[in-house]
Amino acid sequence: MKLILKIWRQDGPQDEGDFEIHQIDQVSEDSSFLEMLDQLNEQLLGEGIEPILFDHDCREGICGTCSLTINGLPHGPENSTTTCQLHMRKFSDGDTITIEPFRARAFPVVRDLVVDRSAFDRITQAGGFITVRTGSAPDGNALPVPKDDSDLAMDAAACIGCGACVASCKNASAMLFTSAKAGHLNLLPQGKAEKDKRVLAMVSAMDGAGFGNCRNYGECSAACPKDISLDYIAKLNRDHAKAKIKKIFS
Amino acid sequence: MNLDSQIPEGPLSEKWDNHRFSSKLVNPANKRKYRIIVVGSGLAGGSAAATLGELGYNVDCFCYQDSPRRAHSIAAQGGINGAKNYQNDGDSIHRLFYDTVKGGDFRSREANVYRLAQVSTNIIDQCVAQGVPFAREYGGLLANRSFGGAQVSRTFYARGQTGQQLLLGAYSALSRQIAAGSVKMHTRSEMLDMVTVDGHAKGIITRNLATGETKAWTADAVLLCTGGYGNVYYLSTNAIGCNVTATFRAHRKGAGFANPCFTQIHPTCIPVAGDHQSKLTLMSESLRNDGRVWVPKNSEDAGKNPNDIREDDRDYYLERKYPSFGNLAPRDISSRSAKEACDEGRGVGPGGRGVYLDFSDAISRLGEDAIRERYGNLFQMYERITGENAYQRPMRIYPAIHYTMGGLWVDYNLMTTIPGCFALGEANFSDHGANRLGASALMQGLSDGYFVIPYTIGDYLAKSGGGAISPDAPEVKEVMESVRQRVDQLVSASGKRSSRSYHKKLGQIMWEYAGMARNESGLGKAIGEIQDLREDFNKNLLVPGSGDNLNAELERAGRVRDFLDFGELLCRDALERNESCGGHFREEHQTKEGEATRDDENFAHAAVWEHKGDGKIPIRHTEELKYDNVKLAVRSYK
Ligand SMILES: Cc1cc2nc3c(=O)[nH]c(=O)nc-3n(C[C@H](O)[C@H](O)[C@H](O)COP(=O)(O)OP(=O)(O)OC[C@H]3O[C@@H](n4cnc5c(N)ncnc54)[C@H](O)[C@@H]3O)c2cc1C
Ligand code: FES
Repeated sequence: MKLILKIWRQDGPQDEGDFEIHQIDQVSEDSSFLEMLDQLNEQLLGEGIEPILFDHDCREGICGTCSLTINGLPHGPENSTTTCQLHMRKFSDGDTITIEPFRARAFPVVRDLVVDRSAFDRITQAGGFITVRTGSAPDGNALPVPKDDSDLAMDAAACIGCGACVASCKNASAMLFTSAKAGHLNLLPQGKAEKDKRVLAMVSAMDGAGFGNCRNYGECSAACPKDISLDYIAKLNRDHAKAKIKKIFS
Repeated sequence: MNLDSQIPEGPLSEKWDNHRFSSKLVNPANKRKYRIIVVGSGLAGGSAAATLGELGYNVDCFCYQDSPRRAHSIAAQGGINGAKNYQNDGDSIHRLFYDTVKGGDFRSREANVYRLAQVSTNIIDQCVAQGVPFAREYGGLLANRSFGGAQVSRTFYARGQTGQQLLLGAYSALSRQIAAGSVKMHTRSEMLDMVTVDGHAKGIITRNLATGETKAWTADAVLLCTGGYGNVYYLSTNAIGCNVTATFRAHRKGAGFANPCFTQIHPTCIPVAGDHQSKLTLMSESLRNDGRVWVPKNSEDAGKNPNDIREDDRDYYLERKYPSFGNLAPRDISSRSAKEACDEGRGVGPGGRGVYLDFSDAISRLGEDAIRERYGNLFQMYERITGENAYQRPMRIYPAIHYTMGGLWVDYNLMTTIPGCFALGEANFSDHGANRLGASALMQGLSDGYFVIPYTIGDYLAKSGGGAISPDAPEVKEVMESVRQRVDQLVSASGKRSSRSYHKKLGQIMWEYAGMARNESGLGKAIGEIQDLREDFNKNLLVPGSGDNLNAELERAGRVRDFLDFGELLCRDALERNESCGGHFREEHQTKEGEATRDDENFAHAAVWEHKGDGKIPIRHTEELKYDNVKLAVRSYK
């Protein structure tokens, strides 16, 4: 198939950036979206144009490295799918496709379509862990965990940290990401001891990183390639309120 | 080259205990004075950095991704072994040890494997305490599945995302140390060389991939946890960025490289669809429990719609050749049989490189819903990639490179032949011999990082006293200068061919001659072709842009340059290992029925390569492998 690509180019974090238009022919329907960009980059090399930069690694939907806002949608049009898993048969011959970086104040552009998502790491560093020294753990079966709780924790833990939730939100809020990590740990008995501290620290790190407020638009969950549920946001809000009250009275 | 394995004295089951007791300890107050570099943030590097930081060492950790959480370990699906015997089905440390040695076709070191089996149980405890949401039974206790031919059920798993959950556990522990200030994390940083002083590892040179800055880091010890080299084949199930640069650069500085020809091919991957293909996707092996593998009997039928091929015209070749194991024959055997069928012109799909995995019998027996319940997510993944509905039409699968057993040679302490340089995880050669069992790589990475290195590095530092040098030392400046020159040379390459096209070509050579089946003349040919390709690379490579900012072409060019040298080494190793064992199948060494024949008399050793300089033939050393606790046996699956 033949496509027109309108692609965002930006030389560095301080540069303005603009769209560049390229045409690409003979794209196989079987190729993935990123393979289509590989093909374009080979073509650009031949034309003496610097190839387009984009983030990617596993190319199977699990590492959370790939991003891209495709025709206005983070990770493109297919539900529950990362950009690297999106295949060209979902597009038609002659289509024009607009490709932009994930846009958010807390995700500055590094170059072209590559953004800096280290704010997510800082939220995790603030409290996204259970304090357990290596070698000090009790037997794995010492503490039974109800299967339902474990399953719910796993649903939240499936988050790949890609940032599509932030990119899809009008306010660029990171509540879905933060609530997924906090929810995963708070739901498990192992995580209960540090629950209040965790919730306060993670929310404060999130606010400090420049993400916007959550207004319950719900776009985040719709854009999430792992279908993380909005329920975790509600839970984080409850847990946060409780922790704050406890703090005031303690 | 000194290949003293440092195996402790005493009976097998007491070696690790004895060793820990006789190891010297670093006084807690002194730990702060030692600086340790950890390259890699996967299961091995992440767990090591977190644990060493927690112990009080000053740690600098590096990864090439934008976050440590994205290391390739994240992609592991199936599970992690642990000899817990929670199922009461007869498992034990000794059984896991035995299965691993046998699965490795008797080419691994007994003492290391035993220790791995011993600490496997601590790993599960540690991960549970960190909040890894392993699958549970209704009573709330941990669930297990069986895996890869083992007769017991000892694999712990978190849906199909075990690697992701274990890595997030290690990443959370690492994050805690980063917040505490004991670990400094350097993301988008690629190690391009190692600094040695008087033969001891003293630091590394990195390039910041976002800013292009090259920088020197010095320390008392360097840990390489940089994963495997499967991408030397271009197409593999590895993440795109996986590379051999860190370990190969250490090799050039004096680290012996062991058994590079021991590579693992996984039989059930989605086949190559066309020239655009950039990676291959693994489909869980569990599919073979209900799917039947076949190809048409006659090559004329290969292009037909499979549903139009009559039952009589189908060859269920695994069932025919291995009646007792059938479709569940082990990884290496199933892979080779698929290749044979395709070589005979009976392969299906694009390029004739695929075989059918057919669920129609299972669907008519159990109903489509039952199959959907078991494998729904895999069928969906298959449809996403191929656009085909596997409920209605047999899946197409083909083997692909998946894991590399070879790696830097290490002794019992995980130290390479360069004192002060350690290798952990897939980057070392230690535990899997010529073939790795399923669910054992995750176990090994975490064993090395959480439970082995914290002891053995203490012993090294206490005995040697470490001795970090200044980043301004002349030895550091010299390596730094050579790295800068190398980068400048690449970035000024103004030929006509992209690094990707060289990588692709190298992959084709490797797959053709050093893939599932190898022989003397093919390997000789491969070495010649790789040398020619390298010459062409040096003349005609094109790298656009500059070295001062993010430049993916430059990154790839550097990695491909090292793969070209390494690919040659792999072929040399395959050529010299004149036997078949595990993943290494030499066509000259097989029984009449096509089964691999090992040569224990001449090859019960690890082959360890010493670099002698560019253009010079490397030297092959050996470490004899002694088996005092298991009897060498022939694997049979008939
Ligand atoms: C699809 C797939 C499924 C698998 N499933 C299973 C399974 O079910 N069970 C199992 O036991 N095993 C499985 N494996 C194997 C297992 O995942 C790996 O062997 C293991 O995770 C490797 O861990 P590691 O820590 O050694 O390396 P990796 O996780 O590969 O980490 C390497 C680290 O090194 C860094 N790095 C690399 N090069 C450089 C450099 N030059 N400079 C700086 N940093 C660098 C990277 O950034 C990364 O942080 C699977 C593998 C694949 C491909
Ligand atoms: S590249 Fe890993 S999720 Fe897309």
